[in-house]
Amino acid sequence: MKTSFDRIVRAALAAAVVAIWPLSGQAWEPSKTVEFIVPAGTGGGADQMARAIQGIVAKHNLMKESMVVVNRSGGSGAEGFLDVKGSEGNPHKIIITLSNLFTTPLATGVPFNWRDLTPVKMMALDNFVLWVNAETPYKTPKEYVAAVKKAGAKNMKMGGTGAKQEDQIITAAIEQLTGAKWTYIPIKGGGAVAVQLVGKHIDSSVNNPIEAVAHWRGGKLRPLCVFNDNRMPYEEKLTGDLSWNSIPTCKQAGLDVSYMMLRGIFMPGGVTADQVQYYVGVLRKVQETPEWKDLMAKGAFDTTSLEGKEYADWVAREEARHVTLMKGAGFIAGQ
Amino acid sequence: MDEIQSLLQGFAIALTFTNLALMFVGIVLGVIIGVLPGLGGANGVAILLPLTFSMAQTPGGQTSAIILLSCIYWGALFGGAITSILFNIPGEPWSVATTFDGYPLAQKGRAGHALTAAFTSSFVGALIAVIVITFLSPIIASFALEFGPAEFFSVYLLTFCAFVGMSKEPPFKTIAAMMLGFALAAVGTDPVTGTLRLTFGSLRLLTGFDFLIAVIGLFGIGEILLTLEEGLAFKGASAKLNLRAVIETWKELPRYWLTSLRSAAVGCFMGIVPGGATPASFMSYGVARRFSKDGDKFGTGQIEGVVAPETAAHAAGTSALLPMLTLGVPGSPTAAVLLGGLLIWGLQPGPLLFVEQKDFVWGLIASMYLGNIAGLIVVLTCVPLFAAILRIPFSVIAPIIIVICAIGAYTVNNALFDVWMMVVFGIAGYFFKKLSYPLAPLVLAIVLGDRAEASFRQAILGSQGDMGVFFSNGLVGSITSLALFLLFLPLITLVLARLRRG
Repeated sequence: MKTSFDRIVRAALAAAVVAIWPLSGQAWEPSKTVEFIVPAGTGGGADQMARAIQGIVAKHNLMKESMVVVNRSGGSGAEGFLDVKGSEGNPHKIIITLSNLFTTPLATGVPFNWRDLTPVKMMALDNFVLWVNAETPYKTPKEYVAAVKKAGAKNMKMGGTGAKQEDQIITAAIEQLTGAKWTYIPIKGGGAVAVQLVGKHIDSSVNNPIEAVAHWRGGKLRPLCVFNDNRMPYEEKLTGDLSWNSIPTCKQAGLDVSYMMLRGIFMPGGVTADQVQYYVGVLRKVQETPEWKDLMAKGAFDTTSLEGKEYADWVAREEARHVTLMKGAGFIAGQ
Repeated sequence: MDEIQSLLQGFAIALTFTNLALMFVGIVLGVIIGVLPGLGGANGVAILLPLTFSMAQTPGGQTSAIILLSCIYWGALFGGAITSILFNIPGEPWSVATTFDGYPLAQKGRAGHALTAAFTSSFVGALIAVIVITFLSPIIASFALEFGPAEFFSVYLLTFCAFVGMSKEPPFKTIAAMMLGFALAAVGTDPVTGTLRLTFGSLRLLTGFDFLIAVIGLFGIGEILLTLEEGLAFKGASAKLNLRAVIETWKELPRYWLTSLRSAAVGCFMGIVPGGATPASFMSYGVARRFSKDGDKFGTGQIEGVVAPETAAHAAGTSALLPMLTLGVPGSPTAAVLLGGLLIWGLQPGPLLFVEQKDFVWGLIASMYLGNIAGLIVVLTCVPLFAAILRIPFSVIAPIIIVICAIGAYTVNNALFDVWMMVVFGIAGYFFKKLSYPLAPLVLAIVLGDRAEASFRQAILGSQGDMGVFFSNGLVGSITSLALFLLFLPLITLVLARLRRG
């Protein structure tokens, strides 16, 4: 009884919000251009994925109305999240998130939380790999961590994108687990981090696969392990006999740290179940296209994809984990 | 001569009817994007990126897609100069330095000459950069690897110091304006700790001060306020309306071959490192002023003062594609979007791209030659048209400029707040000019301030606080020393002059 009542209330609300839309029992559809917010700059991983989704939607005619990607990167993405938070009840706005969904409010104290938004669908998880320069002797993360412990933070530099974001959090997680210490150097852009590692200006990085693959294949970098519970499934040979699948998980290699970055879609708060369902439907169709599968393979993504309650639970668990990790590292604003 | 053969193959790939048509479409779109302040090349390319998505799925389509997008980029590089010269409003960051001499030229009724000089030197800069890319890419790609945080900081320091040491304005006024710029650049997110600073609790200041809004306000609105005060007259009204200006300028240009070469060298260096087109144009203008016979006349309307920054900006913009293709590091915001495009199309930039995707790479390089020729033809034929805009009465054109500026400021972040910021910057710009403080160092500091800060702090983090890192090897040591030498050049000249007299 309660659920059907709930549904009626929501349908009535939808009718009120979208007054121009006749309540004809039809499923909801956008009536104007949908704004797709990217809380990061142009050219980065989140931006690429958003523009790929936009391109796939346009190519396969998955939506009647068009979709326009808007970058709101200010304050480590806070600008984008605040925009969506302030658009409560607006069904013509969606946002793609990266880990800054958790890290930005914690590190800066800007007032927003993922609960201000409506979870729509997890599209994929981005993998992180521990990389060292190929000219160094380290073959396993254990060897490398031992060397870092011996050399001390003064002499070992971990490079990563952004400050107090995913790369630095992984570094902090390894530090908290092993007691090794790095000097963390925040660098703008993952591609630049990989090049700094090739040029030996830093000692290691936790670059995403796609950011470093070219240098791996060029024989300049060496992957030690992937921060995932499972090996990456992609078996296409990339360099010699090695594929993404050849890289052991960090846990297998004796470094029990796992971290993946959410590439998920959210809507503003206060939208109806119909509206959420509409985007879930569109995004499911996106995932079925060959272009999407190609993108996943090229970037060696983890293709875990969740919806509904499972997705919300995952986000909640992940948030708790970020709070613990960031507290331990002293990354929380006003801490 | 493997390169020449590959290049000829590249021409065969690029020279199809579709690709040529795409080139012209791209150039025209790019020029429009370049003319509109606010809508930069990066935004323009990003907006069109999804359109190329289905294009890239067809065989050879990846080359067509990159030709379209890169031609938008060339077009924006050409187009940025137009409003700089006509209205003293830089359409793109790298055309700020073009206003210094371009606008005075337009005021003297030589807008056509200034535009021709700007377009032609853009073309020359691009051509030299493409030749460098064609023959030297492997060597240069490895040079870029030498650049760590300390090296990057020394390059930014060199740009700042070149500006102080070679400026005509009193050094202290230049430094004061620059420091104000650094303060404005610091607002927003701290690049090392990730916390917010100088926002005074205002969520509007999260994004910091965007360079484009400052430029539109300081130059565009500030200029209109000044013109209003001086009586509503447009000084460029006597501009000639025929192509004779083009021929006249071309006769004059060979005189500045040395400036061109020097600027192209500065541009290629800054593009490859990658420092970007904006510092390249500023640095090259400063160097040209120092070394030119007519250095004292710079700022009053010298063709050479247009040649230097435009050559460097276009050379840097073009060579910025090299680190993007060979290392996956974008040398400019637009290159960053192009890089995203490549990845979406399934191409992996990096050392192996030149081996595995020969057709794509050489098709792109060939299209750089062709695209710039196409661009030069498009913009040169439009010179009389652009110059004619100056014949429209000021009372008509001024409101249009203000509207375009407001739209431009709004476009940057889709925020009305920015339009108000533009007005504030406009009033500030007016007072700067009244008190004869230079605007350029302020703008330069806003553009490069946060990048310089980030690399300085990265270097210092890595060296555990030891400033010796800026002299730790031959490369960084010589750039830093050169920078310090340039900074103290006014003092040194002063002391030398006194000694000689005494």
